[in-house]
Amino acid sequence: MWKCFSTRTSRCFSTSASNKALKWWDHVAPAPKDPITSVTEAFLADTSPTKINLGVGAYRDDEGKPVVLQCVKEAEAKIAGCDFLESVSSAVSSKLVEESVKLVYGKNSDIIKEGRFAGVQALSGTGACRLFAEFQRRFYPESQIYMTDPTWSNHHNIWRDALVPERTFHYYHPDSKGLDFSALLDDVKNAPDGSFFLLHPCAHNPTGVDPTEEQWREISYLFKVKNHFPFFDMAYQGFASGDLDRDARSIQIFVEDGNVIGCAQSFAKNMGLYGHRVGCLNVLCNDAKQAVAIKSQLQQIARAMYSSPPIHGILLVSGILSDPNMKALWVKEVKAMANRIQSLRTTLRKSLEQLSSPLNWEHITNQVGMFCFSGLTPEQVDLLLREFHIYMTLDGRMSMAGVTTGNVNYLANAIHEVTKFG
Amino acid sequence: MDSSSVFANIVRAPEDAILGVTVAYNKDSSPDKLNLGVGAYRTEEGKPLVLKVVRRAEQMLVNDNSRVKEYLPIVGLADFNKLSAKLIFGADSPAIQENRVTTVQCLSGTGSLRVGAEFLARHYHQLTIYIPNPTWGNHTKIFGLAGLSVKAFRYYDPATRGLDFQGLLEDLGAAPSGSIVLLHACAHNPTGVDPTIEQWEQIRQLMRSKGLLPFFDSAYQGFASGNLDADAGSVRMFVADGGECLAAQSYAKNMGLYGERVGALSIVCKTADVASRVESQLKLVIRPMYSNPPIHGASIVATILKDRDMYNEWTVELKAMAVRIISMRQQLFDSLSARGTPGDWSHIIKQIGMFTFTGLNTKQVAFMTKEYHIYMTSDGRISMAGLSSRTVPHLTEAIHAAVTRVD
Repeated sequence: MWKCFSTRTSRCFSTSASNKALKWWDHVAPAPKDPITSVTEAFLADTSPTKINLGVGAYRDDEGKPVVLQCVKEAEAKIAGCDFLESVSSAVSSKLVEESVKLVYGKNSDIIKEGRFAGVQALSGTGACRLFAEFQRRFYPESQIYMTDPTWSNHHNIWRDALVPERTFHYYHPDSKGLDFSALLDDVKNAPDGSFFLLHPCAHNPTGVDPTEEQWREISYLFKVKNHFPFFDMAYQGFASGDLDRDARSIQIFVEDGNVIGCAQSFAKNMGLYGHRVGCLNVLCNDAKQAVAIKSQLQQIARAMYSSPPIHGILLVSGILSDPNMKALWVKEVKAMANRIQSLRTTLRKSLEQLSSPLNWEHITNQVGMFCFSGLTPEQVDLLLREFHIYMTLDGRMSMAGVTTGNVNYLANAIHEVTKFG
Repeated sequence: MDSSSVFANIVRAPEDAILGVTVAYNKDSSPDKLNLGVGAYRTEEGKPLVLKVVRRAEQMLVNDNSRVKEYLPIVGLADFNKLSAKLIFGADSPAIQENRVTTVQCLSGTGSLRVGAEFLARHYHQLTIYIPNPTWGNHTKIFGLAGLSVKAFRYYDPATRGLDFQGLLEDLGAAPSGSIVLLHACAHNPTGVDPTIEQWEQIRQLMRSKGLLPFFDSAYQGFASGNLDADAGSVRMFVADGGECLAAQSYAKNMGLYGERVGALSIVCKTADVASRVESQLKLVIRPMYSNPPIHGASIVATILKDRDMYNEWTVELKAMAVRIISMRQQLFDSLSARGTPGDWSHIIKQIGMFTFTGLNTKQVAFMTKEYHIYMTSDGRISMAGLSSRTVPHLTEAIHAAVTRVD
């Protein structure tokens, strides 16, 4: 039946429709590729047997394979064939939020007991950041966001699309390949009172450079004096020290000092749930009543974007976190992942030193978490790609999770080759 | 804690009108309570339904040890995208064969609409979208927040409880050239009133002559008539004339995957080159929103759509759901007729899809909730999927009482 129509009508209308249509999209330029995901795309297209992907921050085992955690497999077997395909029931979503927030504030925190936080599930870390950025814009339309220099590339996109202008503050010191602490404090001091800041509580992305506990205390104190709002993006809890509680310490310092904070959490890396898009956003409040108000606003923003997050990942995370045995297994598995990365950092650094590299490679073991900010120049990164089929982002950020005992020597040699002349 | 929250002045947002109905229903302790609010399918026993073929697909995924949980590409699962495009446009669609369609996986219908709207707000030259009056409550918010200006065109005629076709043609005829027009592909929500094939053809001609850009919302493919191809007829008619359009698809209802948030946005373009550029720009919308879409639901859909037996099994289960709903319509109509309830209730069997726009006013609705514990949205929309043979008599009594005692 439809075929009859198409013959008749396309003769009548195709000319005018096509003229109008050509004008509509002519100006649409091809978009620039995402600097991180395009690395994986290029890697996948490469047929070289020695290729290494040090691009995206996704964990790999020592065979270079993606890992589904044992606790996740168990959780998944439990929920397979479950009735829960309806939109997220409030019981399940509350469970996820409650358990997630315990990871931030500590399970015995008064904040949780008194319900002094507004928490919603979110589409992993990106989704949590975006919800907060939209919320910030809605209620503080004139505000800006201060971001570390450098920060995860997508942070710029998120706040820009939420129409919140950004500023940067000093963070990474290219010479020491460590923290530029005094410049950081100056920037915090000089920002107008009550500014919004985006902080990485642990395992900074892309640099791997974290403040010490003492330095965090100083920063927190200054924030309190300046009445700044700290928003934490916690994407790597567990990956910095191997200990989940320790990795949240910076946030707890701020809270203890009386700062009112917000926090985005992702379960992509530490639970290996990348593709499931599970995360949480919470905002600290004065009391439970205000928490209800803020939560309702966050839900409203989400409703017009995607309604609710996918339930499968939520069931997995809340299942794991609320079962003491599964949670204990998870804690062990996180530590094992962090340990493997730490041990390869040591091996890589040793290998480079044994090759008599003229450069200082201490930062490989000083930096923490998934990434090493190698200090390689874009030219050197490009050489590594073309000559050695080693993939990383142009800023020289290497995902250490992509390094294995099988490829670490090849990697060390390659880095040495492109840097040995300084 | 001595520091006051910077968000201390925030007031509580109003409850979402549709989801708020279920919240109220859950609080009600009456054994006779009936939820005819949100459009989620229920069995004769009033239970949510996980399709057998979906369970099978899910089990297959769980048992497959080679599966991993890595990030999907920004545009989502490739198989899923191709199969979704085929589902709505037809496997033999020239637009697909000519590579003129870009399809990206999104979070169900809502997510597909939002991504499409954001793309239009950035790249299209006419930033007004016309939506039918009435339409799904969330449409206005989605388009508004994406940066489009929202206007309404006449659609529902309360006098006939059918289509105000003249009004529709007049309003679309008066729209500025190039405006975007939101069309419900089938089973209009909330009214259940769909144009006939002849009316669709007239709408198509008018829209193409004015260069109006169609944006289809297809949330009920397969639910309207029980036939997937028939329910995609309106969309395919527009694609067949060689013109461009957008289409948002949802698998929430027709695969029962509500909570998994599975959907797709397709943009049919004039040329393959344009489609490719458009896709690259869609990625820039998605990445700062949530980076990439969730893997689980799309994997289930792809598993089913690509296997001929599972696909057939799905069409059978889908038809059974549609048939049950159609039978509820007939039962309710027959019951009201037998009861002698005043008024013309034929719209119950004329309207299509999950919902019936009863024509009851807000006072009557409130009465039915208070006295009979029947929950529906205040516009008088009832979800037929929430009815069963067992509950039809109770609803009949309630409607009868409302119509005879409340005006």
